[in-house]
Amino acid sequence: MPGLLQILLDALSLGSLYALGALGIALIFGVMRLVNFAHGDVIAFCIFALLWPSVDVVPIVFAGQLPWFLLIPFVLAVGAGLSVLAELAVFRRFRHANPATMMIASFALGFVIRYFLLMLFSSRPKSVQILPGLSQPVELLGARIPLLQVVTILVTIAVLLALVAVLRRTRFGLEMRAAAENFTMARMLGVRANRVIMGAFAMSGALAGAIALILGSQTGTADIMMGSSIMLMAFIATVIGGLGSLFGAVLAGFLLGGVSVAMQFALPLEARPFRDAFVYGAVILVLLWRPQGLLSGRAAKERV
Amino acid sequence: MLRRGSVVRRTIATPIILSALILALAIFTVWSGSRPFNQTVIDVLLRVMLVVGLYIFIGNSGVLSFGHIGFTCLGAYAAAWLTMPPMMKGMMLPGLPGWLIATKLPYWVAAPIAATFAAVFAWLFGLVLMRLSGIAASIATFAMLAMINKIYSNWSSVTGATSSVVGIPIVRDLWPYVIAAILCIVIAWAHAISRAGLKLRAARDEPVAAQASGIDIPRERLVAFVVSGWVTGLAGALFAHSLGVVTPDTFYLAMTFMALSMLVVGGMSSLSGAVLGVLVLSLLIQLLRGLERGVDMGGVALKIPNGLQEIALGVIMIAILMFRPSGMMGNRELVWPRARRRRAADAAPRSSTNTQPTGVHR
Repeated sequence: MPGLLQILLDALSLGSLYALGALGIALIFGVMRLVNFAHGDVIAFCIFALLWPSVDVVPIVFAGQLPWFLLIPFVLAVGAGLSVLAELAVFRRFRHANPATMMIASFALGFVIRYFLLMLFSSRPKSVQILPGLSQPVELLGARIPLLQVVTILVTIAVLLALVAVLRRTRFGLEMRAAAENFTMARMLGVRANRVIMGAFAMSGALAGAIALILGSQTGTADIMMGSSIMLMAFIATVIGGLGSLFGAVLAGFLLGGVSVAMQFALPLEARPFRDAFVYGAVILVLLWRPQGLLSGRAAKERV
Repeated sequence: MLRRGSVVRRTIATPIILSALILALAIFTVWSGSRPFNQTVIDVLLRVMLVVGLYIFIGNSGVLSFGHIGFTCLGAYAAAWLTMPPMMKGMMLPGLPGWLIATKLPYWVAAPIAATFAAVFAWLFGLVLMRLSGIAASIATFAMLAMINKIYSNWSSVTGATSSVVGIPIVRDLWPYVIAAILCIVIAWAHAISRAGLKLRAARDEPVAAQASGIDIPRERLVAFVVSGWVTGLAGALFAHSLGVVTPDTFYLAMTFMALSMLVVGGMSSLSGAVLGVLVLSLLIQLLRGLERGVDMGGVALKIPNGLQEIALGVIMIAILMFRPSGMMGNRELVWPRARRRRAADAAPRSSTNTQPTGVHR
């Protein structure tokens, strides 16, 4: 049944985006309890890095002309660089602030990035051609599937495997997991805090770059607000998955994508415009059922 | 143990000072006689109401809520339903029940009703949401905001979906807004020193001890949620009357973060902080806008690109939070200068002053 396969792929590719976004937030939350609202604007920044600043309708493609094997590292590096810069310039000074203050600071930073882009590029969405070869459909089990969806899912799986490898097999990964578990204790045992946090920001930024690449080739446009809709869902996924649990964030990301797509098909026609309202309602129910998230990290428990 | 009268006497200075500030601003505006400035001050007063409404819940409970702008949306649309001319309603919003289409109330009757409508929904949502705490509660309130927004932007026969609802009577007079803002400040103060408010603050500072002393935290949170829902709903109703137009997306993320930023910059757990945060950030926004225009006029045709003002605002906000992580006012309130000195002398012998669950003051 090709229809079912299509639904499945839709769900998986939407879920991939949410999962990558949720991972970017969970990585930073794990090491410094910061809910990073600037993440969505980092995504937007990555895609605009491909264009030369101009307010014209026709974009001047700059780095976007690079061949793919240079383009992809370039975008990932831009994301990582911007995130590390944000850490150095802003978040480092908020280490001891309470979470609400950090959250508002990250929001203010996102605001600065967004209006910086607005100043350089104007708010008009611009068309970009990233990796145009991916938009062709392919035949798979008798269904015509956009190649991009398949690539999105494969890339996400590859990123997740790479992340697991880094976290499980390298010394840096070990330090990071220790820091996520108990930051103070990890420091006392010789984990260098600044290095771990910087690493988390770099990885999170690179993930933002990956999302930017996927979104950019999916929609063919660069829009200043493109990061924010993904971010909201990713943010919710992080909490549902259990804050501090990377695996939970990924799982919840896929779950949200799946539920969104499933509701699109399952709801009666007149209720379909309200799909997102149902998804958010489901989010509240899940939180009531498990306030600490589906898979809560051990650090999430409050001690008395 | 403090008796009620003594708590009132000790804390009455704060609402009086804040109301005096609002009044002074209003008198200055009327005296200046400038129409655009009048509109600016109305915006400021609406923000005061919003942020004070947020403070009632967030400040007293310590739970960050992203959802209150949803109540603003409910209040604004309810005000629109009650005050628009019946003919326009029949054309634009045919899905409304017949009696509501036929109703046309003056704005000052409609606004409290609209606020109560919002408060009823705050109660319904609160029954469910107040069982959560910490970041889960924040996300759940956020999901509530998104739900309200999605419903209002798609239910075209009742809310006009994403197209703007026009024809709401516009109120340009400053005084209704002044009165409403002062009313909100007094409500916030009265709640903070009420039994429910004091219990909630105790639960915020020492949740375990508060629970052990028999405080029902979800219940006290629900009270604050409903009161703040009413205040933010009232702000929404008056917002509708200040512009004459409402759309669902006006009451979404941008407004949420604007209000939250003002609250956090002012000082999350202080009523004075809420009001001062609005006044200071609004002043800053005005100054930056003025600077933008000033450079433009100064002989040279130097056009500052669109967006620099917002960038500066963001940078200044980060700077304020860097140097004062708990906001401008921190945990304190504005009091008479003499009283503060006396209180400081009182407090000096104690070793720790950062958690005093009984008082509004430190």
